[in-house]
Amino acid sequence: MASKNLTLFNRIRDSDIYFSFIKSPTAIVSTIILLIIFFCSFFVEFVTPYNPFDPSSLSLMDAFTPPSWTEDGLARFILGTDGQGRDMLATILYGSRISLIVGFSAVIFALVLGVALGLTAGYFGGKYEMIVMRLTDVQLTVPSILMALLVDGIARGIISRELHDEMAIYVLIFAIGISEWPQFARVSRAATLVEKNKDYVSASTIIGVSNLIIMFKHILPNILRPVLVIGTIGLALAIIAEATLSFLGVGVPPTTPSLGTLIRLGNDFLFSGEWWITFFPAIFLVILAFSINLLGDWMRDTLNPKLN
Amino acid sequence: MSFLKINNLSVDYKMRRETVYAAKNVNIEVSKGEILGLVGESGSGKSTVGNAIINLIDEPGKVSSGSIFLGDINIHKDPENIVKHRGKKVGLIFQDPQTSLNPIFTIGEQLIETIQTHLSLNNEEAKIKAINLLKEVGIKDAEKRFDNYPHQFSGGMRQRVVISLALCCEPELLIADEPTTALDVSIQSQILDLIKRLTKERNLAVILITHDMGVISETTDRVAVMKNGDLVEIGTTKEILTKPKEIYTKSLVSSVPPTNKKINRFKIIEKENKSQKETNIKILNRWTKKEIINQDLVQIKNLSKTFDDSFFTESSKNTVMAVDDISFNIKEGQSFGLVGESGSGKSTIAKMIVNLFRPSGGDIYFDNVCITKIKNKNEMLKFRKQIQMIFQDPYSSLNGRLKVKDIIAEPIKLHNPSISSKDKDNYIYDLLESVELTQQSAERYPHEFSGGQRQRISIARALATQPRLLVCDEPTSALDVSIQAQILNLLKDLQEQLNLTILFISHDLPVVRQMCDRIGVLKNGKLCEISNTEELFLKPKHDYTKELLRLMPKIESIYN
Amino acid sequence: MKRLFQSAMVMLVVAFVSFSLFNFVGDPINNMVGEETSDEERAELRDTLGLTDPIHIQFSRFVVNASKGEFGISYQLRRPVSELISERLPATIELVLISALIALVSGTLLGVYTGINRKGFLSDIILAISLLGVSLPTFVIGILFIYLFAVILGILPSFGRGEVVNIGFWSTGFLTLSGLKAIILPSVTLSLFQMTYIIRLVRAEMMEILQTDYIKFARARGINEKSIHYKHALKNGLIPVITIAGINIGTLIAFSIITETVFQWPGMGFLFIQAVQFVDIPIMSAYLVFIAFVFVMINFIVDILYYFIDPRIRVKAEAVSG
Repeated sequence: MASKNLTLFNRIRDSDIYFSFIKSPTAIVSTIILLIIFFCSFFVEFVTPYNPFDPSSLSLMDAFTPPSWTEDGLARFILGTDGQGRDMLATILYGSRISLIVGFSAVIFALVLGVALGLTAGYFGGKYEMIVMRLTDVQLTVPSILMALLVDGIARGIISRELHDEMAIYVLIFAIGISEWPQFARVSRAATLVEKNKDYVSASTIIGVSNLIIMFKHILPNILRPVLVIGTIGLALAIIAEATLSFLGVGVPPTTPSLGTLIRLGNDFLFSGEWWITFFPAIFLVILAFSINLLGDWMRDTLNPKLN
Repeated sequence: MSFLKINNLSVDYKMRRETVYAAKNVNIEVSKGEILGLVGESGSGKSTVGNAIINLIDEPGKVSSGSIFLGDINIHKDPENIVKHRGKKVGLIFQDPQTSLNPIFTIGEQLIETIQTHLSLNNEEAKIKAINLLKEVGIKDAEKRFDNYPHQFSGGMRQRVVISLALCCEPELLIADEPTTALDVSIQSQILDLIKRLTKERNLAVILITHDMGVISETTDRVAVMKNGDLVEIGTTKEILTKPKEIYTKSLVSSVPPTNKKINRFKIIEKENKSQKETNIKILNRWTKKEIINQDLVQIKNLSKTFDDSFFTESSKNTVMAVDDISFNIKEGQSFGLVGESGSGKSTIAKMIVNLFRPSGGDIYFDNVCITKIKNKNEMLKFRKQIQMIFQDPYSSLNGRLKVKDIIAEPIKLHNPSISSKDKDNYIYDLLESVELTQQSAERYPHEFSGGQRQRISIARALATQPRLLVCDEPTSALDVSIQAQILNLLKDLQEQLNLTILFISHDLPVVRQMCDRIGVLKNGKLCEISNTEELFLKPKHDYTKELLRLMPKIESIYN
Repeated sequence: MKRLFQSAMVMLVVAFVSFSLFNFVGDPINNMVGEETSDEERAELRDTLGLTDPIHIQFSRFVVNASKGEFGISYQLRRPVSELISERLPATIELVLISALIALVSGTLLGVYTGINRKGFLSDIILAISLLGVSLPTFVIGILFIYLFAVILGILPSFGRGEVVNIGFWSTGFLTLSGLKAIILPSVTLSLFQMTYIIRLVRAEMMEILQTDYIKFARARGINEKSIHYKHALKNGLIPVITIAGINIGTLIAFSIITETVFQWPGMGFLFIQAVQFVDIPIMSAYLVFIAFVFVMINFIVDILYYFIDPRIRVKAEAVSG
């Protein structure tokens, strides 16, 4: 086992991807930032002593405390507090967790659905392929944000109002996921068409390997690179989409606020001068999306030899 | 009196770990009216030298030293100035005419722009010159075709347009980088004749870069041989081909399949390959060897294949007859060759025999069973096991994500699910050694191997099911000539010892002559002629066969 | 012809979706009447509205009405949807057109520049900013702009269209100073995200074209770099920009929902988002049909433009027809 791991490690160390990674400061910095954000968001209970959703721990006396470095700031609230006296940093981290959960789930949903349809469409071709591709065509003409809004609107009509808040997060994941799958389907179909015509696939067919195994053992690993790039960029898009929907008031409810909800709630205080309530969640969101995009951009340049 | 003098030219590429020399201290001279052939295998630096003359090297490559004289001018003295000589003094032709022309400008626009860049002519004069040029390179209806877009020309015609563009400002030096590699034999000879004619008429100095010794033999006056960026040898074509001095040149020449006779094995001179003897075929004791009884293993009866061109797209329905009513038989233990130019349907036939395509009409019988009618999957699997295939492109025929071990294990496990893991490993090792690879290769990934080695892995995979019929679709056309010789030797040895039946598909007549007992000649999906090999080469019956044989570049032509 | 058929299909599918919205998402009767309405009255209303007819008759009626621009009465605002839409339409169209102009022109210019000057310092800056632009949600940009230009500097209005002038049914903000001032922030906000997208696409396209053999061959013929960049490469590079432009306008309309919400711009997007919140189905379905119509029209125009710009398509079409 040990020797096997070693060779895998050596392979990684020898690979061009690793080389280009350690040569790219932006890739390293964005990865570090992302790791910190992921860690702090998922282990937020251990990172901050405050729980913004425990009413007993809140005091309205603390409401609207500005950031600690300003004149009226308090050292215990680094980024200040909001209208209910909740610590901004803790609120943001809890919100970021929701945003990340929604983002990741939506992308994984879109990825699995898109790759499954794209791979099979590219492999089998014929009428099935045509139907899948027409479907993506039609859906791609409907911008993702509109698609998500629509799904959300329909869900509101179907699900009763009381249930809706509980279901909101699932509806959101579904809405964003469904708006992103065509990208994955197109990319994986295009890549499958290229791979399908390569001789190693013919060789397996001639040997007698079944279609299912050819698709998942042979083709799938070979189309993962572009899918991964789309997935990374898609993650940023999903997080932004979630924030946007929540900002528009059709995303997660204020009881479990995501970054977008926080920005929307803070926006009301912008004109009265409490800028930090909306500013910090917004900056946090931008840093998060920017880091993911930087990483995705680097991945695209590295994994796409055509443009080097 | 040399017109072009290349002195001590070096080109290097700064890579991530080291600096790679694509050309090192190369000295070449070319006179006017002379065609110099620049030969070498892939990676020899022959194209680099061609591009370096006008400083057209892609990043991160750089001309690091040397001077290049055109007449008395050192054009590399001031690198900024070379641009002026491009097109004006030096014309360059690339390999692929499909991609050399800008698709959204008419050829007329491209010609006029080039002419006006270097010569002070007004539009009218430039157009007259352009049309004359098109006529000179053999384009009919030049006035009309002047306003056509590149995609409206066939491959050969496009290469003529490319030549006219390269020559439109009357350069004195023409560099042709594999100008006919992407073209069929018949078109190749036309383009080569055109280049020869223009060399005489315009008193050009020409550098012809190619890997094809036949082309060298028929076209060039002198030859420079390159290997790994070094100039190995330079001399008159006759000297190089008949009395090569360097070992590398000798091996290169001896690897070329002769067109005028059949030889038993290729002589391999390269020092690292000491195994002149036949391959040690370790899988022999595992092989259930079929006795050769004089009977047909494969019978092909009235086979046809049509492709519906773009059924669901915008254009109207269009049926292409790829294979048209073809019948032939292959005897057990024989090797049968199918030759033809691109689009002749030879690969389509191969794919129908291995059951990748379903025929539109006709039947294929294997061992007296009609395999085109089998519906049952398990029944099919029995035949899959007996018919295997070797592909043309060694880079796409192996899945890069799997270890060599796993690639070869796939057919073994599929057709013998109960095999023990130790037995399987031993079988893999035996297979690898039978194709002259080491046991250690099993743990590596395909990208760690060269093209020739990958082709060996492909062969090992095909042999794993112990097939009776091996379909080889252009198995060596992507390989360098010295590697080709090794692979062909290997295939011959395997066939003899394992009693394999081989269907060998190629566009390369000399190779087919060396490999096959019987040959079928294909043209546009139809079979023109089937004969025994020697008969076909000595007494061709069909006009098309005669034409092919006449146009085939012959390395021996230098002796006459 | 095939295109036209496809477009018709898309319209029908969208129409069916919006029709289904009407009928299956909640009970339309419940949405229209109050709690105290009796069952008889409900049944009567159901009958007069034709909701008891078979589905296909209802659907064809829906299509006929939709083609006349009638989508019923808004549940929430109690006014005909067609009236609401035509009131809001000019605001959205003006916003989207200005944004599209900004995004396309500056996006293409910067994309070409960065595609040609790959290694330059300025290119790196533009690229970094464009990546930041892709990471900035539209609403965040909007809030930032409002805070900067309206709250801190106080030079531009933070909401509304300013004064508008009515020309027939069309109300335009272009003719008054306050109207022009009001459109600056929303349109720039809306265009930024799209602009960064276009920069990156055009740049990638230019870079790919500059690697092709025909560019190399043009260099080998001594064609000067200027002509290679701005004639040979640019013309090829602009072909996909047409498609991008088409998609771009569609996306802008959708994203105008966000911008309109942030800037309280009285357009269709603002109307739609309110409709979603209150499950106002007639407005939602009308908006959907409208968007689909716009998309189909844009696709159609893009196809026609392609025909004129790309000789490969033109010649193929002529060969088929002749």
